[in-house]
Amino acid sequence: MLSSYYTKLKTKFVQKIIVLSIEMYTKKVYIKLRKNEKRMLMERNIYVDNAATTRVSDEVLEVMIPVLRDEYGNPSSLYKLGSQAKALIEAAREKVAAAIGAQANEIYFTSGGTESDNWAIKGGALNSAKKGKKHIISTTFEHHAVLHTLNTLEKQGFEVTLLNVNTNGVIKIEDFIGALREDTGLVTVMYANNEIGTIQPIAEIGAICKERGILFHTDAVQAVGNVHINVKDENIDLLSISGHKIHAPKGIGALYIRRGVAIANFIDGGAQERNRRAGTESTASIVGFARAIEIAAGTIDKRAEYLKKLRDAFIDGALNIERSRLNGDREKRLPGNANLSFEGIEGESLLLLLDMNGISASSGSACTSGSLDPSHVLLAIGLVHEVAHGSLRVTFSEENTMEDVDYILEKLPGIVERLRMMSPLWEKIEKETTTKQGV
Amino acid sequence: MYTEQVMDHFANPRNVGEMLDADGVGEVGNAKCGDIMKMYIKVDNNVITDVKFKTYGCGSAIATSSIATEMIKGKTIEEALTLSNKAVVEALGGLPTHKIHCSVLAEQSIKSAIADFYQRQGIDPTPIVGNIVHCEGDCH
Repeated sequence: MLSSYYTKLKTKFVQKIIVLSIEMYTKKVYIKLRKNEKRMLMERNIYVDNAATTRVSDEVLEVMIPVLRDEYGNPSSLYKLGSQAKALIEAAREKVAAAIGAQANEIYFTSGGTESDNWAIKGGALNSAKKGKKHIISTTFEHHAVLHTLNTLEKQGFEVTLLNVNTNGVIKIEDFIGALREDTGLVTVMYANNEIGTIQPIAEIGAICKERGILFHTDAVQAVGNVHINVKDENIDLLSISGHKIHAPKGIGALYIRRGVAIANFIDGGAQERNRRAGTESTASIVGFARAIEIAAGTIDKRAEYLKKLRDAFIDGALNIERSRLNGDREKRLPGNANLSFEGIEGESLLLLLDMNGISASSGSACTSGSLDPSHVLLAIGLVHEVAHGSLRVTFSEENTMEDVDYILEKLPGIVERLRMMSPLWEKIEKETTTKQGV
Repeated sequence: MYTEQVMDHFANPRNVGEMLDADGVGEVGNAKCGDIMKMYIKVDNNVITDVKFKTYGCGSAIATSSIATEMIKGKTIEEALTLSNKAVVEALGGLPTHKIHCSVLAEQSIKSAIADFYQRQGIDPTPIVGNIVHCEGDCH
């Protein structure tokens, strides 16, 4: 009786062990499968549109989460929770200032690059107008945050001179000097172009502006964290920064206003940002932004070296495609920026096919902008419409690898070829080439 | 941004290619605007027996030309002439507003091919086909 009970128990025990091990085994296999699946999906997601925006980095997220969770106090409030938040913001201000060679009290947090540009240009123009200076100098290939702001000012009676850029995407300093007038009150020239990555002679412009007492603003949204910037050495009065281009979240940025420079306020309200930019501060975003700029500015040389390797390998490989060209100067460009045109094809269909292959990039084609005209930047450097339509911008971050470059270069020629095979424009280009060769 | 139908026709375009013995060839659009559509038709006994197309342009330009070839294949010339851009848009399950001009181009490319078909036979196509619009809007 007892022995039969014992045997029963033993069988039950063995059965249980078997069931458990099967469960564990299947669970293991399942996890492994999921991991593979995830890896496969991840392999097909190559993000090379870092000039558009970047992923919030783990380091940034790490410093933001506790602030979001615990430091909810209004920085303007008197009690501890408020003053703690205030302290976090002031520590962040120091970090942002250090990244561009400024003092902490010269940094004003904004919602991002567009607001900083609007504030600097509208505020700067208003103040210059008080001194009777209503002429503004800028360039034809600024970001729309600058160009459209200038359009608004023109409607309000300001005169704007837009400098042309060279075919290599860099302005000539002689052209700038030639455009200067007695009543020039504001100069706004971007540090580095967002589409073709070309870097402008900012220090030279700054020196001339200082000499003549002209307010100088630069939209450095693409440049910050990618090139060394020192606002004092380069005589910059106003400088726009955006967080989401350097692995901070969207919706945070800053405007540097040199001490002693008076510009009209843009957002009225409470007394935040020393009475110059109203609105309750976004503490967590500010903290994340400061961490991002600290990392970016502290690793410029190392990252530039790495990014240039990826960029140059990509440019060299892509230029092997016949009838392709690099847009913008080969040397004076941001380390992670590549912008090419492929004749006979249109950029949007190129992007769609790249996307089907897991590659996220961008183009200056009209179709992607929702207008009939292709990128004003590509037209400004002298590209004809049809070549501008066939452009591709690939912008790397340190999160990309040489494998990403290889993968894109493996897919790109076939995609271009596929579109060319169905393009009547390519047919014409080919016919013209054979006729010319025949002659 | 695009419907499943648009993406399907873009990724797997129907009737793409050239036709050496075409009875009518039409081309609309221009490189400056960023889209050109070329349409080839084979006509037998007033029926469009075969269609081929080549398109330079964005995703919706390729998709609209692809679906338009499907919609006129096997139809009489009169039937093909009644194909409107609206019908093309509907067949694709809709297009973003700024892409509607692609469907106009698709409609016009077919009319242009039919006009060429008439011209080759010494018939003035304008009273039958109407004026061909080459590029909608101001492309400079």
